[in-house]
Amino acid sequence: MTNKEIIERIDRSIAEEFEIDPEEMKPEKTLFLDLGLDSLDIVDLVIVLETAFRFKIREEEGIRKIRTLGDIHAFVIQKKNELESIPR
Amino acid sequence: MPLKRVVITGMGALSPFGRGVDTLMNALLLGESGVRILPELADIRGIRTRVAALVPGVDPGEIPRKYRRSMSAMSVFAALAAGDAIAQAGLSGEQVRGGRLGVSIGSTIGSPRTTQAFFDDFRTDNSVERMKSGVFFHIMNHSCAANVTHMFGITGRTVAPAAACSTGSLAVGYGAEMISMGKQDFMLCGGADEFHPLTAATFDIMNAASTRFNESPGRTPRPFDRDRDGVVCAEGSGILLLESLDSALRRDAEILAEIVGFASTSDPESIANPNAANIAHCMRQALLDAGIGPAGIDYLNAHATGTELGDIAESEAIRSVFGDRVPTSSLKGNLGHAMAASGALELEASVEMLRREILLPTHNLDHVDPLCASVTHVRGVTRRRVDTVMKNNFALGGVNSSLIIRRFRR
Repeated sequence: MTNKEIIERIDRSIAEEFEIDPEEMKPEKTLFLDLGLDSLDIVDLVIVLETAFRFKIREEEGIRKIRTLGDIHAFVIQKKNELESIPR
Repeated sequence: MPLKRVVITGMGALSPFGRGVDTLMNALLLGESGVRILPELADIRGIRTRVAALVPGVDPGEIPRKYRRSMSAMSVFAALAAGDAIAQAGLSGEQVRGGRLGVSIGSTIGSPRTTQAFFDDFRTDNSVERMKSGVFFHIMNHSCAANVTHMFGITGRTVAPAAACSTGSLAVGYGAEMISMGKQDFMLCGGADEFHPLTAATFDIMNAASTRFNESPGRTPRPFDRDRDGVVCAEGSGILLLESLDSALRRDAEILAEIVGFASTSDPESIANPNAANIAHCMRQALLDAGIGPAGIDYLNAHATGTELGDIAESEAIRSVFGDRVPTSSLKGNLGHAMAASGALELEASVEMLRREILLPTHNLDHVDPLCASVTHVRGVTRRRVDTVMKNNFALGGVNSSLIIRRFRR
């Protein structure tokens, strides 16, 4: 999966779950102020990402630093890279 | 401390006929049935009933996601009905949010659909890792009441009575008492439930669900009829806006009816079976509360669900309190039994009967059961001015309730 495909899947999953206009899905948008999410939504956001990418991230420290949609893109791409670099 | 008079100034309904009290009344006046064949019931082993009365045409999307995410179907019904009641009453934003409006809305249980969905997923691998944040808010017992307060920004009291089939009536009665005592000026009161096979099965396993009209759903349930064979489960919500008379007069609000009496009694004889003497006691207590005698009631809207035992017990009780002089009907022949919503929906129709000066008959009452014949049944739409109406509801668990409403007079 390319980074572009990862970003597209993130944006599509989040827009669908939280009923956000796809036009709003810009990397600089903040989750709380711009996209209108709140702390309960963040609980569900984690599940949406875990389901979309089949990984577990709930306990990751990095999640707490996420502020913008772009932060999510970077977090997921990094997580995917980490998992793929682990020898199987 | 003098008690305040309590009036109804707004009503909202989500019934098996759709949205709105006018929609409900139009269908009742035409003698329509909201009962339909539910094909998916045929896929459930052991259940014999195949019919139910569901709410058609609801668009949950009209509720913003922020509020909808914590709502199952029953809360959606309650929220839409509550919004319509507030709109009819014409409350301002300040009146809604200012702390003098409270909520008394109950359901039989929290969302059975969400409960099932959670356990379906949980049992696949004994995991809660996929549990969404909204699950608890759907299945908590005060889901409907809490969702209504959040959607409208209500800051007064929240109570969520739960007494199965009596829930809607109890919610109205307790709400009226809060206003009467001056604790709130306005209360949104009523009940809501969403259909789930569990509800139908509850009656079916006790041989109290209708099973003989699975191919002709409009002919069941049949309250008071000799061929009745049980309950047909329904869903929906009825929400009424109650208000102190002082407040309604100050606002120059249209007063739909006054609530003048309420009683609720417990029936420890049986957790499931109704008892005529205890039902009669409840009705007498409501008359005492209203300060009127049996002759003061002009029409009785019965609980009468179409079960063998319940309809006979209520008939005997009505006879013992009123003799045979009070015209009586049950609306469950049209609506089915909307559980926690039934009392409120039927109360709303009773308010409209007062206002429109008509009495609605019991749908499907073709041949009165001789054991229910001690009551004067309304057999067709009847033009008659009635001033005072009693509304009965009785619940599994042994919770009886009777409300009395009256045409408003200063």
